Amino acid sequence: MKLSNSIKALLVALPILAVAPNTFAAGAESLVLDSVHIDSRDTESLQRGAELFVTYCLSCHSAQYMRYERLANDLDISLEKLSQEMMFTTDKPGDLMIAAMPEEDAKEWFGVAPPDLTLVSRLRKNDWLYTYLRGFYLDEASPNGWNNSVFENAAMPHALYELQGSQTLVGHIEHGVEGAGDAQAEPQQGQKLVGDAIFELQKAGTLSPTEFDTAMRDLVNFLSYLAEPAQLQRRAIGPWVMGWLVILFVVSYLLKKEYWRDVH
Amino acid sequence: MGNFMEWLDRRFPATQVWNDHMAKYWTPKNFNFWYYFGVLSIVILVLQIVTGIFLTMHYKPDVTLAFASVEYIMRDVPWGWLIRYLHAIGASAFFVVIYLHMFRGLIYGSSREPRELVWLIGCVIYVALMAESFMGYLLPWGNMSYWGAQVIISLFDVIPYVGPALSEWIRGDFVVSDATLNRFFAFHVIAVPLILCVLVFLHIVALHKVGSLNPDGIEIKENKDKGGIPLDGIAFHPYYTVKDTVGVVVFFIIYLGVVFYWPEGGGVLLEKDNFTPANSLQTPPDIVPLWYFTPFYSILRASTADFLVVLGSLTAIAAIATPFIKTKRSNKIAAFVGYGVIAICLFIFDAKWWGVVMMAMAIVVMFLLPWLDKSPVKSIRYRSLPFKIAVTIFVLAFISLGYLGMHPVSALSTIQAQTCTVLYFAFFALMPFYTTWGKTKPVPERLT
Repeated sequence: MKLSNSIKALLVALPILAVAPNTFAAGAESLVLDSVHIDSRDTESLQRGAELFVTYCLSCHSAQYMRYERLANDLDISLEKLSQEMMFTTDKPGDLMIAAMPEEDAKEWFGVAPPDLTLVSRLRKNDWLYTYLRGFYLDEASPNGWNNSVFENAAMPHALYELQGSQTLVGHIEHGVEGAGDAQAEPQQGQKLVGDAIFELQKAGTLSPTEFDTAMRDLVNFLSYLAEPAQLQRRAIGPWVMGWLVILFVVSYLLKKEYWRDVH
Repeated sequence: MGNFMEWLDRRFPATQVWNDHMAKYWTPKNFNFWYYFGVLSIVILVLQIVTGIFLTMHYKPDVTLAFASVEYIMRDVPWGWLIRYLHAIGASAFFVVIYLHMFRGLIYGSSREPRELVWLIGCVIYVALMAESFMGYLLPWGNMSYWGAQVIISLFDVIPYVGPALSEWIRGDFVVSDATLNRFFAFHVIAVPLILCVLVFLHIVALHKVGSLNPDGIEIKENKDKGGIPLDGIAFHPYYTVKDTVGVVVFFIIYLGVVFYWPEGGGVLLEKDNFTPANSLQTPPDIVPLWYFTPFYSILRASTADFLVVLGSLTAIAAIATPFIKTKRSNKIAAFVGYGVIAICLFIFDAKWWGVVMMAMAIVVMFLLPWLDKSPVKSIRYRSLPFKIAVTIFVLAFISLGYLGMHPVSALSTIQAQTCTVLYFAFFALMPFYTTWGKTKPVPERLT
């Protein structure tokens, strides 16, 4: 396999290309997001996330492409537990996960119908969700009394209020954005940094701030699973497929060598 | 078995076809890395057809059902997720392989006499493939699918007089709608695949008539033994069937690696805005075509009013300069009129019109390659330096255009895209000149 000189020149020149256009690529998105490390193999975390989801999200949001039974099978949840503790709108495990609240009512109450959450993790990405879920704060100017530091004027009130409690926005840490009048350098003691927003807890919830963060990681982990249940199969089968291909490669390579022995 | 083959051969040219195209089809013995991509594109074509058939069994071409039916395939159909990923990622793999296949043709002079028809049919396959993937991309009925189709179809609006009527005719409606989805489904699953299969057949028939070229760019048929077999030729079967098997396995390691471990490809293979159903009231922040169209999308966006003024002035200068060039009088007149007309058009038509024209021209110029290339040698191994430099610049410009097309425009990126657009067209327009410059290396008698 002789690479010609021009190909070599090309390979040398490629990094120049990679550097040049990158100089203007930044600046499109200025949201500061906390990164979340999720793990689809952590079944306990997924189970906890599923319970949070059916308790706090599913009353308003659907997961209309997902079936309860699939969830129970994938996450090692017994059908008994599923039907007694996790299914509130149906008694058939084969049913799709449809919200308890009718869509017309939702539109009337919130102005918009709550979006379906089946694919939200693939649409918004996990870091966004993790920061968003922790970014609700009290805001008297808003119609429902809540606002969000990631999604300004979100129509959703703080659904997880009883877990987190209520917090107020103190300010933002500076990251070069002009006009941030309330900017302060860093969070003080007792304050919490979420993305670039600094919050102060007004009324404690049933979970401590650290416990709440863990709970939100579980919930995001579950949402990521919900968006692509097949990822469990992909990761389970993947190594076997790749291993088999490597063996096939060795065999086919030896076969080729054998056949080509007389070609000079 | 012997009796059966005898019976068969008297009625059907089974053994003859096998020998002519496999067992006694003489192939240059020195194919390198670049020669895997022909067989790989056939492998992907078959793969796309087979996975496509299974997808069609569960997919619903209806705006109210399409999006949900894809999620149904991803969740409820046994192995549906695998079939769907193979098909969606296979489309990208197809273009990776086709681009490398075309690049091979470019650097080894595979399109040159007597293989012009192989190249031309190949270019038609490329255009058909673009149509196939464009229409397939609408079918999941995600928001990016919808807006991508909306933007691309509306490009036809710029054609004078018939444009708006034409784009309405393509959509079957005033906007992308159920009618559009249904007809795109029909084209994607039957019309274009049939055309593709016929074209691929013709591509191979034309190729086997003239035989493959090779990395040395010389004809093996010019050196034959007493039996009429090329001295540097080996039988396609078994030599290249076993060698290609290795290539196919390596391809599958990469392809299935992506399918199993990186199916979204960082948002390039499966775009995040396509995980929400089509919504005519909610335009995605950046409407981006799939990566394999972005070089042409960049050329489209590069056409700004300022750019046209620059191009128009340059062409006008070229027109004025023609009387001073030493050439035949008829050539002078033709060049003067040609440049003059282009210059006038550059000032008459607006930037959107020129964007579409330049995008179309970017594909049309590919067809002309066999006649633009005037080098006395075919392979890049023996070509002069100017060609090697030109190819390098062309590849960098093409990749840059692709990169720029994936991102929102800025003042700087527009200038970069315009520069790359000029370089892209200059590669073809100046090819008759630079391919004759410089000293070529002596071409060997036999394969090296």
